[in-house]
Amino acid sequence: MPIEIWLIFILCVMIIASIAALEIKDILSSIIAIGVVGLGVSLSFLFLQAPDLAVVQFLFEIFALIILVRAFVKKEFHQHEETKNNLLISIVTIVVLGLLFLLSLPVFQNLPVFGQPLMTVSEYYLFHGALQTGAANLVAAIILDYRAYDTLGEVTVLFTAIIGTLSILKIRSKEKNRETSNE
Amino acid sequence: MIVYLLCFILFLVGIYGILTKRDLIKIILSIGIMGYAANLMLILFAYRNNSIYPILSEGKAVSQMVDPLPQALVLTSIVIELGTTAMLVALALRLYEKYKTFDITKIRRLKG
Amino acid sequence: MNKEPGMTLIVKTVTRISVWLIILYGFYIIFHGHLTPGGGFGGGVIIALALLNVLLAYGKDFTRKWLNIKLLENFESSSITLFLIVGIIGMAVGGSFLFNFIDKGTLFNMLSSGTILPLNIIIGIKVAMSLFLVVLALAAYNFDKGDEQ
Repeated sequence: MPIEIWLIFILCVMIIASIAALEIKDILSSIIAIGVVGLGVSLSFLFLQAPDLAVVQFLFEIFALIILVRAFVKKEFHQHEETKNNLLISIVTIVVLGLLFLLSLPVFQNLPVFGQPLMTVSEYYLFHGALQTGAANLVAAIILDYRAYDTLGEVTVLFTAIIGTLSILKIRSKEKNRETSNE
Repeated sequence: MIVYLLCFILFLVGIYGILTKRDLIKIILSIGIMGYAANLMLILFAYRNNSIYPILSEGKAVSQMVDPLPQALVLTSIVIELGTTAMLVALALRLYEKYKTFDITKIRRLKG
Repeated sequence: MNKEPGMTLIVKTVTRISVWLIILYGFYIIFHGHLTPGGGFGGGVIIALALLNVLLAYGKDFTRKWLNIKLLENFESSSITLFLIVGIIGMAVGGSFLFNFIDKGTLFNMLSSGTILPLNIIIGIKVAMSLFLVVLALAAYNFDKGDEQ
């Protein structure tokens, strides 16, 4: 069976799961539906011959699920009032997004056909990577040798995001400081 | 072709969630969906028919491997995505502490 | 028994045995990053998940006592500097930033591919420590009062 049929099946499951995640009222169910989408992405990476990415995506999906469940699944959070669904806004958004989809159809016809990529830079990496870096895993050769400067930037972004998260969580609000100073 | 279109539809579902949902948690999940779709699209561009993963071993021809460059780009992108998700979660918790709600139409009125 | 924080005795015993195996597996993934799928990102997340396992099973107070949190924070902050130092040594030896200055070795060997192995280890430490610290901060966050305990 060609790989394209498998991919179409997985993508349909992912689209249904993402719509379910957005429409279900219960927070725990929608987080689990997001887990279905992420594991579908991991499975498609496996079909598309990217085992590196499949491993990393699988682990990160589990980690993201733990963070989201730990943060949002609390009893009092479920009692948020039912926001009345504005039907007009939804219909207008769907129409506009549908127009966007139709207008972007010519772009997809100009893209290279699925299964025949443009391999201009990558041919060089494939043929010279093992000799020039000595690494058997060519993805590692690219991220840590040819494009290690990109990886340095990525580590910097991760560092900034983590420092931002820690400072957001640890900062104390003004009112709390006032209360404690009054006491 | 049809695979690209389905992946684009997944991206549009994420945009729909950001534009119409009022719950902050749903907005964070929508941003996650958009990230998944973008990563998957890059890897779809990299696939070559009847080829193997770009890891050398005995008896594997280099000329029959998929494109390793988008894989390297997406590998770093996944990590950044998790960092930003954690940051968004922290911001949402802070907002809940101040306004006691996740509804963005009620957060909008400024106080304090 | 029930007054202790964390989960039941069975979960704690299994965690005590398995956490070291998971950490070992994470280091295996990191050290073979240039030969097999995986590398610094995947292995770092596996180590972070092992520490998270301890956090879920034993509770946050025990974890803070068991691990030296200050040391982890220092590791997390200094790893990016180590990355820069490797790059600057490459500049001094080979004339360009992040030059691969160590001997390449033979293909498919453990000690091959020059600076890729040290950079993988640095990234693994960085990812593991930063992700674990985020989860620890989320666990220490008191949801009702919104303040650190």
